[in-house]
Amino acid sequence: MSDHNHQMIPPHLAAQRVMAGLAGRRAREKRFRIYGKVAIGIALAFLVTLFVSIFAKGIPGFFQHYVTIEVTLDREKLDPAGDLSVQSLYDGDARGIIRAALYDIVGASGRSERKAAGKLISAGAEQRLRKAVISNPNILNTTQSMRFALDDDIDSFLRGFIKRETPEGDRRINDKMIGFIDALQAQGRISYNFSDYLIFGSASRNAEMAGIFGAFIGSILTLSVCLVLSFPIGVATAIYLEEFAPKNRLTEIIEININNLAAVPSVVFGILGLAIFIGIFGLPRSIPLIGGIVLALMTLPTIIISSRAAIRAVPPSIRDAALGVGASRVQTMLHHVVPLALPGMLTGTIIGMAQALGETAPLLMIGMVAFIVDVPGSITDPGTVLPVQIFMWADFAERMFVLKTSAAIMVLLLFLIAMNAFAIIIRKKLERRW
Amino acid sequence: MTNFAEQPHDFASTAISTETVGNVYVENPRMTTRNVNVFYGDKCAIDDVTLDIGEKQVIAFIGPSGCGKSTFLRCLNRMNDTIDICRIEGEIMLDGQNIYSPHIDVVPLRARVGMVFQKPNPFPKSIFDNVAYGPRIHGIATNKAELNNVVEGSLARAGLWDEVKDRLHQPGTGLSGGQQQRLCIARTIAVSPEIILMDEPCSALDPIATARIEELIHELSNEFTIVIVTHSMQQAARVSQRTAYFHLGKLLEVGDTNQVFTTPQHEMTKNYITGRFG
Repeated sequence: MSDHNHQMIPPHLAAQRVMAGLAGRRAREKRFRIYGKVAIGIALAFLVTLFVSIFAKGIPGFFQHYVTIEVTLDREKLDPAGDLSVQSLYDGDARGIIRAALYDIVGASGRSERKAAGKLISAGAEQRLRKAVISNPNILNTTQSMRFALDDDIDSFLRGFIKRETPEGDRRINDKMIGFIDALQAQGRISYNFSDYLIFGSASRNAEMAGIFGAFIGSILTLSVCLVLSFPIGVATAIYLEEFAPKNRLTEIIEININNLAAVPSVVFGILGLAIFIGIFGLPRSIPLIGGIVLALMTLPTIIISSRAAIRAVPPSIRDAALGVGASRVQTMLHHVVPLALPGMLTGTIIGMAQALGETAPLLMIGMVAFIVDVPGSITDPGTVLPVQIFMWADFAERMFVLKTSAAIMVLLLFLIAMNAFAIIIRKKLERRW
Repeated sequence: MTNFAEQPHDFASTAISTETVGNVYVENPRMTTRNVNVFYGDKCAIDDVTLDIGEKQVIAFIGPSGCGKSTFLRCLNRMNDTIDICRIEGEIMLDGQNIYSPHIDVVPLRARVGMVFQKPNPFPKSIFDNVAYGPRIHGIATNKAELNNVVEGSLARAGLWDEVKDRLHQPGTGLSGGQQQRLCIARTIAVSPEIILMDEPCSALDPIATARIEELIHELSNEFTIVIVTHSMQQAARVSQRTAYFHLGKLLEVGDTNQVFTTPQHEMTKNYITGRFG
């Protein structure tokens, strides 16, 4: 339709020019692909380094050294009251029995030798003995071969972190102890086994007894509170904002604030939790309930934003179809839009939960960093969580804590993978693409 | 109507008239619209449209893209309510009630004035559930046998029963495009509406599927009042008894379909029908 009469480029010339530029275009494309590969390569290298270092330290962290000795379970000494009550067993001399057995085996005589031999076995040994007696009283008044954890210094020595060549005054274990260890090893009494303390033990200042069980349960309780609060509230908020909220100034302000909340440093939520739940409502510190609430506040923006995106991604034709046959807005929402948006909502929830699982800072603010030996039995019992436990262990100097820190990180990663896998399975089930 | 046919028009020498040509009224209207204006924000999408929709008649809305025919159609069951910036003035009466008056509930309105959309949009559910959805939410069928009856009847009247009776519990989205659209029609008639609005129901279908839908529209017009928006003038000519020509938000001409296509009165209608634009 135009009346311009410009000179057109003849086809052969145009083709020539296209060919001339082709080499450059291809080179650019190739270069771009190389950039991408380099970027992925760097990322992979970091990831591999990270995993290798964690696994190298973490796998030994799942094991520790034990010693097997025969103990004579004299009932009078172990259970002075004779009623097998916990109190009676605590009054009894479990420690004495174990030590006597050990002195016998290594041939320790004299005060200094006995002192050295006494340092070999973990302080947790007597508790283990009491538990064995409670679970099976028939072993009383018999001689049993039992396995006890070695002290973490001995463990470090056996792993080679403490060197024999170091002058005696510079190492944490003296020559007498080394002699006893050699004797025990010669008798084949020392074994390197899977560490039950790590999995079933709780917080402890003794590295060989420290475990993650309490923190693991604490994490489960805290995350349960977080999920139960944040998922329904987040989804309901998203549905309301997306479908029902009037488009006015107030809604706009709320939306902007939710988006901004997603970028607020998590420690700020911890201070909020401290000020409001502990300061104003006077709830106790260190409990998973408050931890869960604080993490829910932190997770909510993530869930709301992703749920809104999921709702918006539902084709409008489905909404039209439902409204067209006379479904109300709520029916349209609940029967059609939400089921279709649910997989997307779950994705957001997984991301939010994964963040919450790894969160440390806000929980420090509400006192979940306290040293708590007891495993929390409910959301109102004081407890800690895995990342905080890792944070605490990372602070200790003992070699065994270093190993157990990495082992705990591995458990945290496994927890994360298990959680995500579970969520992905649920999502796949819901995702019926018809 | 006749007086227009006798009057010679000379559009070429004057500004193009935006008055509606032809008789907007019918003797036995099912639905009446009076001076309807629709605005999207400040933009006027429909300008002062007055039109009657006859009982058990098929009326076709034609016109170039963006002329407002779909907008006007969506006013008839208040589907435009979902658009926040959309504002409607004027009167749309159904059974002596203005459907835009504040105390009207859109849920029963949309059950009475059903809608079929441009793209087949079955729910991602089974064929049975697609058709049963409306009766279920409205409580139309009181027991399982009645519901089965409604579903079978609707599918039969949509000409789909024989094709799907053995796979009622398979997904509705697994059907072909034409079958999906007939499923959507079955879903619409399952709630026993009085009026069915169709927004370019064949634009996403091939010619054979289109022919089936057109046949179906013809059959359904014995029972229902049908308003159809279409881009295809042949389709309008084949299925409708009355035709309304929209242009830039204005209703320029209404009349018997035969008359509009053979002897259009308005210059713009004539241009559109003869293919000079559109």
